[in-house]
Amino acid sequence: MATSMTSYPDDVAERLAQDAQQILARYPEPRSALLPLLHLVQSEDGYVSPAGIGFCADVLDLSRASVSAVATFYSQYKRHPNGTYTVGVCTNTLCAVMGGDAIFDHLAAKLGIGHDETTEDGTITLERVECNAACDYAPVMVINWEFFDNQTPTTAAETVDKLLAGEPVAPSRGADRVSTFKEVSRVLAGFEDGHADEGPGAGHASLVGLELARKNGWRIPGEEEAGEAAGPQVAADAAASGTDPVGDEGSSAEREPRTPGDADADPVKSTDEEGTDS
Amino acid sequence: MSTLAPVLSDLWDAPQSWKLDTYVSRNGYDGLRKAMETDPAELITMVKDSGLRGRGGAGFPTGLKWSFLPKPDGGPRYLVVNADESEPGTCKDIPLMMANPHSLIEGVAITSVAIGCHHAFIYLRGEVVHVYRRLLAAVREAKEAGYLGSDVLGTGYDLEVTVHAGAGAYICGEETALLDSLEGRRGQPRLKPPFPAVAGLYARPTVVNNVESIASVPGIVSRGADWFASMGTEKSKGHGLFSLSGHVARPGQYEAPLGITFRELLDMAGGVRDGHELKFWTPGGSSTPILTAEHLDVVLDYESVGAAGSMLATRALQVFDETTSVVRCVSRWIDFYQHESCGKCTPCREGTFWLKQILQRLEAGEGSESDIDLLLDVAGNIEGRSFCALGDAAATPVKSAIKYFRDEFEQGLHTPAWELFPYEANAAFTGVSS
Repeated sequence: MATSMTSYPDDVAERLAQDAQQILARYPEPRSALLPLLHLVQSEDGYVSPAGIGFCADVLDLSRASVSAVATFYSQYKRHPNGTYTVGVCTNTLCAVMGGDAIFDHLAAKLGIGHDETTEDGTITLERVECNAACDYAPVMVINWEFFDNQTPTTAAETVDKLLAGEPVAPSRGADRVSTFKEVSRVLAGFEDGHADEGPGAGHASLVGLELARKNGWRIPGEEEAGEAAGPQVAADAAASGTDPVGDEGSSAEREPRTPGDADADPVKSTDEEGTDS
Repeated sequence: MSTLAPVLSDLWDAPQSWKLDTYVSRNGYDGLRKAMETDPAELITMVKDSGLRGRGGAGFPTGLKWSFLPKPDGGPRYLVVNADESEPGTCKDIPLMMANPHSLIEGVAITSVAIGCHHAFIYLRGEVVHVYRRLLAAVREAKEAGYLGSDVLGTGYDLEVTVHAGAGAYICGEETALLDSLEGRRGQPRLKPPFPAVAGLYARPTVVNNVESIASVPGIVSRGADWFASMGTEKSKGHGLFSLSGHVARPGQYEAPLGITFRELLDMAGGVRDGHELKFWTPGGSSTPILTAEHLDVVLDYESVGAAGSMLATRALQVFDETTSVVRCVSRWIDFYQHESCGKCTPCREGTFWLKQILQRLEAGEGSESDIDLLLDVAGNIEGRSFCALGDAAATPVKSAIKYFRDEFEQGLHTPAWELFPYEANAAFTGVSS
């Protein structure tokens, strides 16, 4: 195991060196590569290992102490082996009030572990996380930095049960299934994993304002003239390609009904009517 | 009556809204085409004339910031987008980049041309892996289509864009800490001056702007400064994303002209959840002084919120109803600031440490007589004396909460907050059993 070593075996070192060259090429100054290199090390070892520290130091010609000083500053870099899945419950104020504290307590009791502790089988590391910029979906849980929105103790526990059983879990807004900690760390090092086109563009809360504006026919300044000007061209493009224009028509229909507006038999039509009246 | 104005959010409900084809089918990258035919100085003037002010919190005029760069000296000049959205309550840039990353990429390209930058960076917080996937893919698509890379749109202009993932540190949202982090160091703020415009990334002239600010630029260029300035109020122009969260019927993103009132937004969001009433709210995240029900009609622009004793900041409207303990909320916010204090300066590092302990005993109903005055004293010794705005931000919820709800802090001398305000009553769900 690399975990007890202070340097990588030759084959691993060579493979990581090739990745490191790709990372370095993104920056004008080599030291800027340090954060992604630390993510890369975590993709190999599941934490920032002594070997990983040594690797980053050698690549960037820094002291090991300098690399450690950076690694210990950031909460996503783990100082001991992480579970396959980091289950993070937001317990910053808004999520805590909306039920995040209760969710965290429920999971901690269920798993028998506390903050920054890992289940014996190495599957789950439980964390209290700070605000993850999804407050309109509170309370929020993140698993390997994928969003699980509008959680309850029950839904969170069900997801955790699946992880413990080795079953795939799907985030609310993210890839089709949550990748492992190591896989996600490789993405954070800046390597695409082919999952960008999975999942929705926006969740329900991201769209509430937009849906209200469409329903009421609220337009931005100049939109009506612009709409008329663009209309024939868009229609012609659509006719030429044999598809509907990308836009209003397809949007609501592709979604599960979630809001009162969705119950409207033809919300798009009513939007147009209101727009014409105004 | 104000209405909503979906400009940036308009594309978000389109199928595969994040793809280049979708964006281009809605006139995406038209702004860049226009920008490539425009004198860079004219682009800066357009953004100045539009009245766009920084959407990351400070509200500094964006075009003016760009104009602070010194004259070209032949060396590199950088654009760094602050995508480190981490302010508690703030949740606008993450959905923007997930749903429509190309609006940001186009803004990056236009801004780069305007300031003479050939290598731009997007510093994304590391805790949102799917947004990182979308940004990496969007940059790749834009490069393949000739909007980025060498010889942009056949004009001979070269532009590299690097999307960089952070690793979990709120302080990196502070622009100079962000630059240190991007240089591969601990994210600690720098002394200013020199400002980034003069000595930023790698000590070169650098513009640091928020995601929403940069994403607003294509609209200004393609539709005109006057169009942008036709929305908003006298000194707070244009559109902005207002993020409602907490005890409201329909939390979410509401894009509106600046100057809409909180009451109007709250109505649009279906009001405070059924059977409850407003107790307090933040206009722009946890770093802005809380306001109460008496401020429902505050006009949400920079000046009016300032006059009401708070700040517009990131328009992160966190709403709390009467079941909520303000002591619990402030205590938790201070846990956050203490955890995220970078340790560089003493008032913030030590002050947040002491605030946290005092608040925890007040929340537990174990406070002592002098604790409330001690809180104010410590907060007053952090505010204005710390190295960066994080310290001021930590003092803010303490001072404003005591101002409006001092009696609740006094109850913390004898009664736990969870007895005064049972926490089960706050949650979005019922029937919690551990």
